[in-house]
Formats: sequence, C-alpha cells, structure tokens
Amino acid sequence: MRRFNKIFTFLVFLFLYIPMILLVVSSFNQGTDMAVWKGFTFSQYGELFRDRSLLRLLGNSVLVAILSSLIATILGTMAALGIHAMRGRMRRIVLGVTNIPLTNPEIVTGVALALLFAFAGTMLKINSILGFWTLLIAHVTFNLPYVILSVMPKLVQMDPDLAEAAQDLGCTPFQAFTKVVIHEILPGIVSGALMAFTMSLDDFVISYFVTGSDFVTLPVEIYNYTKKPIQPKIYALFALMFGVILLLMVAMNLLQLRDLKRRRTKLTQRREPSR
Amino acid sequence: MAKELIRLTNLTMTFEDGETILKGINLYINDHEFLTLLGPSGCGKTTTLRMIGGFLTPTSGEILFDGQRINELPPHKRKINTVFQRYALFPHLDVYDNIAFGLRLAKLSEREIDERVMEMLDIVSLKGFENRKVTSLSGGQQQRVAIARALVNRPKVLLLDEPLGALDLRLRKDMQNELKRIQQAMGITFIYVTHDQEEALTMSDTIVVMDKGHIQQIGRPEDIYNEPKNAFVADFIGESNILDGIMRQDLLVEFFGRQFPCIDKGFARDEPVDVVIRPEDIDIVPADDGHLCGTVTAITFKGVHYDIIVDFKGFKWLIQSTDYQEVGSYIGIRLNPEDIHVMKKSEYSGMFGDYSSYSAEYDEIAEGGEDEE
Repeated sequence: MRRFNKIFTFLVFLFLYIPMILLVVSSFNQGTDMAVWKGFTFSQYGELFRDRSLLRLLGNSVLVAILSSLIATILGTMAALGIHAMRGRMRRIVLGVTNIPLTNPEIVTGVALALLFAFAGTMLKINSILGFWTLLIAHVTFNLPYVILSVMPKLVQMDPDLAEAAQDLGCTPFQAFTKVVIHEILPGIVSGALMAFTMSLDDFVISYFVTGSDFVTLPVEIYNYTKKPIQPKIYALFALMFGVILLLMVAMNLLQLRDLKRRRTKLTQRREPSR
Repeated sequence: MAKELIRLTNLTMTFEDGETILKGINLYINDHEFLTLLGPSGCGKTTTLRMIGGFLTPTSGEILFDGQRINELPPHKRKINTVFQRYALFPHLDVYDNIAFGLRLAKLSEREIDERVMEMLDIVSLKGFENRKVTSLSGGQQQRVAIARALVNRPKVLLLDEPLGALDLRLRKDMQNELKRIQQAMGITFIYVTHDQEEALTMSDTIVVMDKGHIQQIGRPEDIYNEPKNAFVADFIGESNILDGIMRQDLLVEFFGRQFPCIDKGFARDEPVDVVIRPEDIDIVPADDGHLCGTVTAITFKGVHYDIIVDFKGFKWLIQSTDYQEVGSYIGIRLNPEDIHVMKKSEYSGMFGDYSSYSAEYDEIAEGGEDEE
C-alpha cells in the first residue's frame, strides 16, 4: 500500500512537471523542431541575450512588477493596519470586500479597468491614455488583496499590548509602528511583496486590456508570438523565468518555516512558568 | 502629609457597544503610595488603569495629574509607565535594548543609557542577562525585564496590570516582596491591579475594592479586612460568615434569637443589618458553654488549620480552627464583642457569606486566574 502511495505521488508530480521539464529540455536543444533532439547547446540562451527588443520587454515586465509590488506592499500594509484596528461587523465587511477581487475572473477585472481608463481618458481629454501608468495602476489594484491577506494574519498573531507598550515608553503612534510593529509583521509583508511581484511579472489577461502599444510587457508580447511559430529562444526565456520564480517561492517558504519555528519556541517559553 | 498626585473625578466609561464599565469613580492617589485596585473580572479596574495610562479616554469625568487635566494626553506624553499583564516585551530586541528602549527615545547619551540600564539590571537581579533574547527567558525573568523597562524611565507613576498573574505560586510570593522592595527603594507611586485579595493585602498601602463599575471601599489593608463596608467586600476579602441581624441599640446586636455585645454603633434602633464573623475569630467550646450550638457537618485539613462546617439551625458557618472536630459532633461557640462586625444592609445583602453549598475546592476555584479584557 505504502509503495503504491509513493508511485502514485511520483506520477502526480511527473504529470504536473512534465510540461516544464519539456520546456527546459527544449531550451537546450540544438534543432528548431521540438520533437527531435539534435544535441545539447547554450546557443538559444546566447540568442536570447542578443535580442535587444525581447530584453527590453523583459525589462518592462520587471519594472512594472517591482514598482507595482512595492506600491501594493506599502498601501496593502497600511490597509491591513486599518482593517485590524476595526471591530465587529465593519471589519468583516471590509475583509470580505477585500477578498472579492481574488475570486473575480481576471478577464472581468481587465475589461472593467479598461473601461474605467477609457472613461478617465475621455474626462481628462487624453487621446491614448493606455500605457505605462494605466498598467501600473492596474497591477497595483490586483496585487493589493494579496498583500492585505498575507499581512493580516501577522497582525492578528501579534500581542496587541506591544504597540501600547511602545507608546507607553515614549513612541508616537507612528514610531510605535516603525520601531516595534513592523518587526513583528515583517514576514507577512515580505511574503506579500514576493507574491505580488510574481503575480505582476506573469500577468497577461489584465495587462492585455490596460496597456497600449508604446508600453508592452513580456507576457503580452509573447501572446502575439503564438500566432506565428515560436522561436526556440523563447523556451530559453521561459526556462529562466521559471527558474527565478521557483527560487522566489522556495525563499518564501523558507521564510515562513523560519517564522513558524520562531513562534514555536516562543510558545514553549510561554508555557514554561506554569510547569 | 503626603502630596496628592492623581485625582479621578466622576470618571465614567461607556464603550461603543453601549456597555458602561465605569459608573462614576472618585479617587485620589498620593505620591509614593502603593495603591491597589482590587475586584473580580469586569469590575472596571483594568479600565481605570488604562485611562490613567492614556490608552482609553473617559466618556465623562476628569483625570488630574499634578493638578493638570490629562484626559486627552496621549500615552507617550505622560510621566507614567506600565507593566503589562503579558509583559509585552519586544521580541526583536535583547534584554538590554528592551530596557534601553524608552531612554533611547528620550535621546539620552549612550553613556547615561548604559549607566541606567546596568543600574536597573542590578535592581531586578538580572545582571549578566544583557545580551539574552527575551524569548529565551523564563516567565519570572521576563517579568523582571518588563519592570526594569518601565522603571528605568524614572516615571512618577508605575501602572501594573496583574503583573504576577502568569507566574506560579512560589514565584508570585517572591515577586510580591520584590515589588514592594523596589517601590520603597525608588519612591515611585505604584498603581496595581489584581483580583487576588491576598496579593492586595500583602503589598498595598491603600486598597480600592471595586465591583460593577463602582468603588465599594477604599482603605488600608487592615481596615478593609476588619471593617468591610458591605457583604461584597466582606466576602471578596478573606472568608466571612454573613448573617442577618438587628441592631437593638449601640453596642448590642441580635441574631439567631440572641443578643450579643459588639463594638459597633451609630445605627438606628432596631435597624436590620448584616453581621460579619470571620471564620478564624470563632472559639469552639463544649456545647454547654456555647453562645450558640451546632453540628459539625464537614471538616477539611488545610495545613495550618482545619476548615470546619457547622450547621446552626439550618444556616451553615465556616469555622477555622487548629483543633480537630469529629463530623456529627455537637459543639458550642463563643463570640467576643470584637469578633463581631456590623454592616449596613446593601444591594449585596443575602448574596454572600452562606456556606451551605460549601465545597472543599473553594480555594482552587479562587486561585484559577481570571482574564480580564
């Protein structure tokens, strides 16, 4: 039975990761035909890094991902603090409203944002409003709930007396946050920021609707590629992106694990006096 | 004459959910005083403390500090520091940095900070713990760090919210003495919140007994114990048998159909009263010599003494004595005038002081810590 479990688990993982493995393998293939293995090479990677326009698109994606996750992290943390200070029904309502965009179909969010920007463009008399700024605003919008949801649990776990103790010892409420509270909720802030970064980096659906031709991100451009045969250097690019995001995820998990351990030692400490 | 430091006038607090926790508190607190707010969960003692600390703004009434109204003054501008119930030490800082926290905010020189932190570590007997993580300390040690962190700022007043609640009995006794010593050595006003009557009696200069948002009695520990104002105070502080009586005249009270000389006066003629008799004041004598006679229904060994339950005409008394009495034996008791304390009738009359439902576990129930939010 146990053996069967192992085999089954292995099959599930194989099934999940076969596409990625194929992609990575293809990125090292000499030939252009995916189905035929013609020998190992780095040349696809070489070509990728010689392709200026592709690198510029990657740069665009990374720029938007960094800026939007940064802004979303700041705003999201502030929002989480505000929600945490609420009580009772108000708090439940606001948390619920925060969660809705997570389950909302991306395409609906994308079209809705595009409509909003078109409306704003008409009001402000700007001809082509879609571009970098609208893209950034859209990314911040869909990143916010992820940050709020990862910061909230840290605030709930935190000893509520800590902020009061800081004020009691002479902190203004703002200092109490920067000197004490932020240290307690930092793991939540970091994992929220990482999540926002990866969500933003690979977003296609929403980006497609809210950006114009003068600022295009990588996923949007790759969509255009699918209309013609894919160049093998794209495989190399995807393999790299997969690698980076994998690293980020591993880092995030390690961070959470460390936090969990720290909390556990704290718990045993607390129990000690009642022995 | 001690100088008045804090005055609370007509303080009330109604929370957003409409619950009124404080219903008009009037109290003054002297400089260098050790004052304890004592009462059961939900009596308003923690609310009062949080108002003095600046964490709550009263709905009405005034808080005066050195004659200045401080109702709306935020906590960081008050010369008051707090020791929190669960210590609230900063987990990301070590012992030294926790204690130095307030001094750094006050922008003292590192040399002076170092001097004062070291001095405090010495006072709370934690020398050599400077670089330890606070999460690696035991409960008692964390408690000391919390006290040091507050006292190092040399506040005029230290607020303590059930600071010993999480410690075991032995450690609690040690810390009681320690706190009293520190308070006397540093000459700081302590305002201490607890639901533990023994703790209050041991440490305080003044005890304020609270219940249901009202102050029930203010006084020195001896006065509170010996001259409780009503049945609530008599029952909450120590053990009491509380009986219905009639004040026949000054110095003469009647209960159980018999008149007893007492030392209380100032009541109306034939006024119904509550009579308090402490279990340890009662002398057991042979039935023939007794003022009252009854049957022993239960006896429990308590270490120093026995808890003996005696049935007097259907009303059960608790008597504490070092002598063993057989269950079922018929005994007499004698009461001296100073053993009898007469109180005016109050809303609490008839609610306390009857041991008919006595259970040997009453101590353990009372020990079980109550959390107050």
